[in-house]
Amino acid sequence: MKTFLSSLDPDVQVVLPDGSTRRLTDYLLPSALLMLAALLLITSMFLPYWSMTLKAPQYPKGLKVEVYINHLQGDMREIDELNHYLGMPPLDEGGRLERSISALTILVLGCLLIAGVFIHNQWAGILALPTLGFPLAFLADLWLILYRYGHSIDPTSALGGAIKPFTPPLFGPGAIGQFGSIAQAEVGLYLAVSAVFAVLLGLWFHRAAYKPVVEARQRLHRAHLRAMQ
Amino acid sequence: MKVNRLLTLVILFSTLLTACGGQATTTPTSGLPADAAALAAERGLTPNDIYAALKTYTPSGQLDPYIMLASGGQSGQVLVIGVPSMRILKVIGVFTPEPWQGYGFGGGSDQVLKEGAGDTSLEWGDTHHPNLSETAGDYDGQFLFINDKANARLAVIDLRDFETKQIIKNPNAINDHGGAFVTPNTEYVIEGPQYAAPLGGEYAPLSEYKDKYRGLITFWKFDRTLGRVDKTKSFQIELPPYWQDLCDAGKAVSDGWFFCNSFNTELATGGVEEGNPPFEAGTTKNDTDYLHILNWKQAEKTFQAGKTQTLNGMAIISLQTAIDEHILYFTPEPKSPHGSDVTPGGEYIVVGGKLDPHVTIYSFAKIQAAIQAGGFQTDTYGVPVIPLDQTKEAQVELGLGPLHTVFDDKGYAYTSLFLDSAVARWTLGGPYDDKNPEPGWTLVQKLPVQYNIGHITAAEGDTVSPDGQYVVALNKWSIDRFANVGPLLPQNFQLVDISKTGDQIKVIYDMPIGMAEPHYAQIIKADKLKPFEVYPEVGWNPETMQVDSNAVTDPKQARLVRNGKQVEIWMTVVRSHYTPEHVEVNQGDHVVWHLTNLERTRDATHGFALSDYNINLSLEPGETETIEFDVTRSGTFTYYCTEFCSALHLEMIGYFLAKP
Repeated sequence: MKTFLSSLDPDVQVVLPDGSTRRLTDYLLPSALLMLAALLLITSMFLPYWSMTLKAPQYPKGLKVEVYINHLQGDMREIDELNHYLGMPPLDEGGRLERSISALTILVLGCLLIAGVFIHNQWAGILALPTLGFPLAFLADLWLILYRYGHSIDPTSALGGAIKPFTPPLFGPGAIGQFGSIAQAEVGLYLAVSAVFAVLLGLWFHRAAYKPVVEARQRLHRAHLRAMQ
Repeated sequence: MKVNRLLTLVILFSTLLTACGGQATTTPTSGLPADAAALAAERGLTPNDIYAALKTYTPSGQLDPYIMLASGGQSGQVLVIGVPSMRILKVIGVFTPEPWQGYGFGGGSDQVLKEGAGDTSLEWGDTHHPNLSETAGDYDGQFLFINDKANARLAVIDLRDFETKQIIKNPNAINDHGGAFVTPNTEYVIEGPQYAAPLGGEYAPLSEYKDKYRGLITFWKFDRTLGRVDKTKSFQIELPPYWQDLCDAGKAVSDGWFFCNSFNTELATGGVEEGNPPFEAGTTKNDTDYLHILNWKQAEKTFQAGKTQTLNGMAIISLQTAIDEHILYFTPEPKSPHGSDVTPGGEYIVVGGKLDPHVTIYSFAKIQAAIQAGGFQTDTYGVPVIPLDQTKEAQVELGLGPLHTVFDDKGYAYTSLFLDSAVARWTLGGPYDDKNPEPGWTLVQKLPVQYNIGHITAAEGDTVSPDGQYVVALNKWSIDRFANVGPLLPQNFQLVDISKTGDQIKVIYDMPIGMAEPHYAQIIKADKLKPFEVYPEVGWNPETMQVDSNAVTDPKQARLVRNGKQVEIWMTVVRSHYTPEHVEVNQGDHVVWHLTNLERTRDATHGFALSDYNINLSLEPGETETIEFDVTRSGTFTYYCTEFCSALHLEMIGYFLAKP
């Protein structure tokens, strides 16, 4: 990677305000990483973030629901059908607001990251902050939805009285009735987490590249002030 | 690992069989694992038995590679059977009401049965010959057709849901036997006649048999898009009253032609009580009857040119027109023939002798050459008769009572021998000669079957590309094959392994048929069938094969609307409740009740039985049905789910209250 980067226009130098020079690649790298993060995040919109698979003897292929940031996919109809015996609300009712604004949110986050490419001071870090928090926010919200879901049991349903409120696990195995469940992260979430790492790395190189610029300006400014005195 | 072990067993026993020349040895179980050997010894199983078991045993969850569609004879139904496991998968209601499927018990299928009954009150049929739809002479897995011999009817079954969609009553014939047979692209479904009658079934004394009685073959035009027979584009051909029997369409080189045997050129009219020879003697007097050779493409042109008469709404090509337009020819066939089966490439037509030990093989090329040459004698009715020596390719002596013939992929033909109670394997000649080690037109093996075999069927054995592997002998008698269940015995379907060449065919399974007396059956490769797992959309009407305008897709839309004495109900059905669960009406009301099963899960079928109203529906996932009835008496009734659907199935009930 390093040799590849240093092979990019090795004869081109960036001249800082105080006349010192640095390699061009120092500036290309953070921009590339921030744009990569934006790309990862936007791609993740089209992929599932999380899934839950239910297994029972009479469902040899299992029942699966995949959670995308803006919709659900899979066997919701049958899961709802079964859940109505327990008096649980339809899957579609959880996280409606979040799903309705999620696509826009991702686009805004992506734009902020790209804006970070053009802002060459510590404010770039502030713009990237929402992306850093996004996967955690997603999981926290999902947990809340699952919690509400397991705590909204209608006591008048067929089996409602027999079920204690519960929270389906965010990750790993769970069990209810004859069903065993497996909850797991899906590729969309992995992309969002990758975006976080790309942002962190990008910010690191961003700082390495632009801190000297800021400092050179400060040195110049101080020199200018000294000259004024 | 398991497969390896089975393979080892098969190889082991093949070796053993070869070593012993097919004889059971004194130690038939040597080489088996100890527990299996003990079991085999305890049950007295021979290596042959173990071979058969390994060929047919189908572990749970393994699916059959072939599906057999068998007629149900007098049951009026069609049986669906997996091959080689020989497990019954389904009985399709066709001419007879069938409550499990809700067929004829209140839903849309009532209309199918009603239209099929015409102005009669028929509630059964005698199904004989199922025929799968074909494309280019090969099964395409889309539709199945079957005749009702007793009442001259034809049924159309859609293989997307394996349900009967249409029954059409022949307005001019009183019975049929030579059907259903399709042309190679299912342009027509052909319903051949059997016992002659005046056209339209009018009265005429038997003394006028020769002049007034006729045979009548019907070419039903099939509309694939609609999945229905189109009566307006169908036509019939008048034939002499020779009791035409079984037919087959030409294919490949003989496409455009159709062949039927016949067995009463004697014009026997029976009357044993008046001192006449009984039919059984009268119809068998002549040494030969006539194979009917029909040019159906020429008949189609004649029909389209309007050279027809109309009777009861059907266009009929008269016998004279059929002669004048060169549609119909005869050639002699020996003694009370049966079966008329065209070889895979369409080159030959095989006819069984029934009372003659031969099968006679006619060459289509020779028939064509003779027709070109012309100059024939005619029969009593003026139909040209091509001499046998101008049409015959070969005769093969097989044994007593040859009836039907099917084919495999190795150039063998298989003929059922009723009197010998055997299946004859013999070789085809001509282009088939090189496909097996034996010379052409030779009997190779006679395999005893138990007992009195009628029809015979092979895997895709009447298509342009038979698969080989399996033959099923459709035996009429079982005598001692099964435990005694009283004087009415089951039939015996025997699965025959034909995978090896030479005299190596053997019976590998006996399947009792205890609900019907099947005639013909066809075996299709299972992967050619593409049925629905559930109906494609919620609200699907199986009769129209589209979403019903009275479907409700949400329990919130369920409702009861009263309009004077008419009460209309839109109901949803889902595990484990109906919406609404209370339906209150008045005696004297007329009720129209639409039910929609909202389920999308495979096998989540619900029933709907309304006590004392003779109503029972099977609502498969997504299905919408409509029932209609008059509230003839007051009282308290229930409707409940008759198909065990869920843990709370018993709770799936509603009250139907009829106020006095």
